[in-house]
Amino acid sequence: MTALQPSPSAPPRSFLHRVGSYFYAHPNLTLALMLLLPVVWLVVVYLGSISAMMVQSFFYIDDFSGRIVREFSLDTYQELFTPSNIDIVLRTVGMAAAVTVVSALIAFPLAYYMARYASYRVRGLLFLGVMLPLWSSYIVRVYAWKLILADEGIVTWFFNVLGAGGILDAILAIPAIGGRSLSFSFLGMFIVFVYIWLPFMILPINAALERVPKSLIEASGDLGAKPRATFMNVILPLAFPGVIAGSIFTFSLTLGDYIIPQVIGNSSYFIGGVVYVHYGTSGNIPLAAAFTVVPIVIMIGYLLIARRLGAFNAL
Amino acid sequence: MPSNKRTSWGKASLGLKATAVGALVFLNFPVLVIFLYAFTTESAAFTFPPPGLTTEWFVKIFDRPDFWRALGLSFQVALIATTIAIVLGSLIALASYRRSFFGREVLSLVVVLPIALPGIVTGIALRSSISLLGVDFSIWTLVIGHATFCIVTVYNNVIARLRRLANSQIEASMDLGATSLQTFRYVILPNIATALLAGGFLAFALSFDEVIVTTFTAGQQQTLPIWIFSQLLRRVTAP
Repeated sequence: MTALQPSPSAPPRSFLHRVGSYFYAHPNLTLALMLLLPVVWLVVVYLGSISAMMVQSFFYIDDFSGRIVREFSLDTYQELFTPSNIDIVLRTVGMAAAVTVVSALIAFPLAYYMARYASYRVRGLLFLGVMLPLWSSYIVRVYAWKLILADEGIVTWFFNVLGAGGILDAILAIPAIGGRSLSFSFLGMFIVFVYIWLPFMILPINAALERVPKSLIEASGDLGAKPRATFMNVILPLAFPGVIAGSIFTFSLTLGDYIIPQVIGNSSYFIGGVVYVHYGTSGNIPLAAAFTVVPIVIMIGYLLIARRLGAFNAL
Repeated sequence: MPSNKRTSWGKASLGLKATAVGALVFLNFPVLVIFLYAFTTESAAFTFPPPGLTTEWFVKIFDRPDFWRALGLSFQVALIATTIAIVLGSLIALASYRRSFFGREVLSLVVVLPIALPGIVTGIALRSSISLLGVDFSIWTLVIGHATFCIVTVYNNVIARLRRLANSQIEASMDLGATSLQTFRYVILPNIATALLAGGFLAFALSFDEVIVTTFTAGQQQTLPIWIFSQLLRRVTAP
């Protein structure tokens, strides 16, 4: 703090004044008091719970009795690193990465248009357009996509009206991403993931673009840079923390979601679904806990990199 | 940001405009679908175009006490969680925007964690401690879960505003003899008021729509999204 010290001769005017001065003179005490409640909440309640869960991942299920044995063991982790589970992790991470990249590619032009070209009024409308989907329930939107992608749904109808049903069938016949119908395919799941998390990518990118000082862009132009060069060397680097900030959301939300794969998509597992099944149905809490350690490790690594790239100021 | 700053930006290329419009259509088309299907006469099928239109669903929903209970619970939880988030979030922001102290960097990471870690992690973690401690499920277990991931929205909004708040204003207030509390009340609070509002709105919306953490901390209670989910799984009522 750089403020001047209160002059010692100033007479105390009221009780509140004295309280205020006291706190002002003891900044560390003030700080401690301010942080007490939030830190207790976040550290004790939140981190405490996370640690309690991680401890459980070192317990194991007794093969004979099927009960949880509360002793330290790495058995559960051994179970975690079986090929089928590694497949699930890779599939989830791959999906999260693909969703993040495509969201960024869709979000950036819109955010860029909003920040640079749209007039004040148009910008308001665009904001409304971005926020509007967020006002309806997440679950309802997922089911709306079920309606859109289903066998008798809008997409099929549209392709048939165009007389291009064959193209759709051809897409669905692609082995890895296709399926019985769009609503039972990887492709459909991917579209819905991108759709649901897209606003969380647009908003931080837009905020970052808004903060790019106009003077820098003008300076770049004055120094002879072509618009393209200005974009690549000035705007993009300054907006990049916004992209990273958005990617935190899209990546982590995709990583843990179990509802979209349950509603849309074939029955192949994602981390979220596996955790849900092990925790709820089969009662294998240690394995569920071990599975959650995977996204925790991935996301903490991701966050540390993101912070280094300055994304936290753009959240 | 004032609009007159935008006059000399030049014109957007057609490609950029088309992509922007395309993204917007993509975002809002399903909302339209929801509206359309709220009126469909067919309750179980996904057929398009819908076979007929009716308003009977709205009458039906009006008569369902479980719907109103779920709505009421969602509202209460969101309100309490938002209040807690506003208090805790702004405390962290106010404490950490100018001072540096031991653990500040860690704290800024921990604030973000509940929203950066997938909801299922937070959900199961809280569920574990709830069952370890033998606490019964109640509205408060829901509130604890929701407030935890709402803190960050308030914190982010407030700290971004505080960083832009000129230090000179606070110094001037102090120099003019205002107490810390007066400075907070008349200088800082008006400056961060809209940030609090924005953060609060976001927190409320997040809480109101949350499914995953809610599933694990609700027990037998139903918030609105959970109610909708259970209805959709049973396929008895269209949106």
